[in-house]
Amino acid sequence: MRFAVVQFGGSNCDRDVHHVVSDVCGVDCDLVWYKDGITRDYDAIVIPGGFSYGDYLRAGAIAARTPVMEAIKQHAEAGKLVLGICNGAQIGAETALVPGTFTTNATPKFICRPVCLRVETEDTPFTREYRTGEVIRIPIAHKEGRYVAPAETLRTLNAEKRVAFRFCDEQGNVTPAANPNGAAENITGVIGGNERNVLCMMPHPERASEEVLGSDDGRRIFTGMIRSIEDRENGKGQA
Amino acid sequence: MNYTAKITISLKEGMLDPEARAIQHALANLGFSTDALSTARVFFITLQAENVEAAKAEATRMCERLLANPVIHRYEVEVGA
Repeated sequence: MRFAVVQFGGSNCDRDVHHVVSDVCGVDCDLVWYKDGITRDYDAIVIPGGFSYGDYLRAGAIAARTPVMEAIKQHAEAGKLVLGICNGAQIGAETALVPGTFTTNATPKFICRPVCLRVETEDTPFTREYRTGEVIRIPIAHKEGRYVAPAETLRTLNAEKRVAFRFCDEQGNVTPAANPNGAAENITGVIGGNERNVLCMMPHPERASEEVLGSDDGRRIFTGMIRSIEDRENGKGQA
Repeated sequence: MNYTAKITISLKEGMLDPEARAIQHALANLGFSTDALSTARVFFITLQAENVEAAKAEATRMCERLLANPVIHRYEVEVGA
């Protein structure tokens, strides 16, 4: 099993993700410079957080138009796992790996703090180690993280249970007060892909993958991915 | 022939414009009363094309391919010689 973490100029969470996948979870993981392209088969590709191209034009817009994203699209179309975190989520949305977009926060400032998330579905490779309705604690750090999508897209996301996470309070109530960036319906994690094999999320699970960091709630996203890949290798259905 | 395209990217009707809201508040703090305020981004691009129509089509493709995000933006392309 092998993961890749794609590095763009401006990525700054690439090594954190690499550390979690390789040192914390014990899985082989390559750091791949975007210009080198995806030159081998990976079981999972992570697009990490940061400020690719300085967020010029729009967060994620320029990185989304690089050739490596074509390869990542094909990887996703083959049913393999793609996780976009923060700037990676913005790049994923700009690439249409998930519907909608992540744009300027309702209060247009950078927010960096732990938040509570309600897990909306455990029926994905990324969330299978949570229980639906569970409240987890993972930090956010963004200025352009407000999820926006047309009403019809939101209906489809809800109907197909493709909302992975919503901002909530500590009791799991999804309220305007618990919505730090004004995201539509408090959404901050969206599932894409024919096999529910893409997750784009604004919170940083790699920053909450070890108890020493105050929470290891985020680690189960990575271990869920790993178990899904193992199941697929063992012929237990799709990843 | 050289043409200059003026491309204006703005938010679709009804989209929240947080920066505009902050600017409106700042104006209010200076004693200016405004009914509405919105922001837009303007690009001036010089390009070579056969004619005005071709230049406009090329600038439109730039909007569709990169400059605008169709989820939230609308765009307007004006081309002059």
